[in-house]
Amino acid sequence: MAERKSESLRDAYGQTLVELGDRDPSLVVLDADLSGSTRTALFGKKYPDRFFNVGVMEPTMMTIASGLALGGRTVFASTFAVFAAGQAYNAVRQSVCYNRANVKIVATHGGLLVGGDGGTHQMLEDIALMRSLPGMTVIVPADAPTTRAAILAIASFDGPAYVRLTRENLPVVTDGQFALGQATQLREGSDLTIVAIGAMVARALGVAETLHQSGIEARVLDFASIKPADEKALLKAARETGAILTMEEHNVLTGLGTLVASAVATGQPVPMRQVGVPDLFGESGDPWKLLDNYGLSEKHALDEAWALLRQRGKVS
Amino acid sequence: MSVTSAASATLDDLTATARQVRQDIIRMTYHAGSGHPGGSLSVTDLVTALVFHELRIDPEHADWPERDRLVLSKGHAAPALYSALAHRGFFDPKILPTLRELGSPLQGHVDHRKLPAVEASTGCLGQGIGMAVGMALDARLARRPSRVYAIIGDGECQAGLTWEALMAGGHYALDNLVVILDRNGLETDGKTEDLMGIEPIADKFRAFRYETLEIDGHSFPAILDALHRARETKGHPTAIVARTVKGKGVSFMENKHAWHGKPPNREEAERALAELGGTL
Repeated sequence: MAERKSESLRDAYGQTLVELGDRDPSLVVLDADLSGSTRTALFGKKYPDRFFNVGVMEPTMMTIASGLALGGRTVFASTFAVFAAGQAYNAVRQSVCYNRANVKIVATHGGLLVGGDGGTHQMLEDIALMRSLPGMTVIVPADAPTTRAAILAIASFDGPAYVRLTRENLPVVTDGQFALGQATQLREGSDLTIVAIGAMVARALGVAETLHQSGIEARVLDFASIKPADEKALLKAARETGAILTMEEHNVLTGLGTLVASAVATGQPVPMRQVGVPDLFGESGDPWKLLDNYGLSEKHALDEAWALLRQRGKVS
Repeated sequence: MSVTSAASATLDDLTATARQVRQDIIRMTYHAGSGHPGGSLSVTDLVTALVFHELRIDPEHADWPERDRLVLSKGHAAPALYSALAHRGFFDPKILPTLRELGSPLQGHVDHRKLPAVEASTGCLGQGIGMAVGMALDARLARRPSRVYAIIGDGECQAGLTWEALMAGGHYALDNLVVILDRNGLETDGKTEDLMGIEPIADKFRAFRYETLEIDGHSFPAILDALHRARETKGHPTAIVARTVKGKGVSFMENKHAWHGKPPNREEAERALAELGGTL
């Protein structure tokens, strides 16, 4: 497989924010003392009057964002995922979602790839929390081009949204053709489908390439638009390929795998396997080694794919 | 025209309106069979003064962008606000008895989406004040003359979020923001000072950079004067500590925390209404 160049999702976010700020003079951005890390500082430098760095008060950042949005503005609020979805959960629930405020929460540092900061900061439950909120749009981009497209997409509608970004640079795997509610097919195949999000999309493509060398063709869907979810693409994949493997950097009990299983079980039941973080907190370590140690290695995913194929009778 | 003369011209009206609001609170919570009469009765005079005197609002143009905003952060005092807004002309008072009924816009805690006359959906405490800070920032950025008023409860002052939001209002020097504390001294389980003391509360507001006034929250001249002084204050937000009586106006409810979240039964409602000059 050709080596893919890696790019920063956070840089893509910060640059896109500046673009949006150029376009919409009423757009405001909030951060909670992490503007260098989240890259909202890029916006703050260019538009200091429309940038509010509120310090370490993430729940109140969300309530203030809601008040600003109810006056008719588009408001972006950023911090790490553990603070945005965890620390601020009930403020997101009531002030943002219950009020249907036009607040776009862009959370960086989701998942194990936070690395050294350890389990307290490695948010593995945010998709579950944010997806459960009525009216919330949830997106997990796999690379920088999708990040840019997703930020533009959420700025174009009136209502709350949550975007989870990764601290680490990620390989560019898409051409940025993102649309809300649509899965992006990155590879055609008819023997099984791999549905993946975030950093796991590149690994899914790696698994598909290895399978290809053995004559197995795996379809790969980038499921960045978690909510609204593209159920049609899932049912089509189930019908046409007969087996589904999901891959996510999230607690496996409550994330992408359960979303896909629920859609498939009620619409087109086929054998499934889930690659995700077991029901555990993370720990400090090299980001990429952490992924491997918590069951997210390409090798483990490949084993699961073979197990599915055996279950389907595609191989003995 | 001096403030006092402006106020005295309407004092009788405000007193009569507040009595009507208190009657509605009793009738609404009686019909609903649940709700929060105690804190609604304590906040009634503050809400009445705002809705009928202070706020630049227009029932004919409820979404007028330059209007003032009232955020009821203690969203459980919904009956007081519903009654005041209905009598001010924002919706038909006939629907007041539907409080808490399935399909009613009159939710148990105020709901901006179901009843747009309410500026913010609140209920979980500590959040409305932050929304008010956001609204005040929005008005300042847009150079709109809107002023923003947040009413908070005293139990709410135990919540960390309240102080985060107060800190933000002080830091941004929002002189278009007024925080009004309904200081009735009681919360669900008893006295604030027995559960988790919040005193010296006025000093705390001052330390958070608020021009702080302490008033009798049942005296219309005092309320109107404080609101006027808040309007004159530049460079700082204003906090008004309004000393109130939980259950105010109904003798057997006054200063009893048991009436925080308990509706009157028929006999109690009739007795309460008799004291307030009304009937069921």
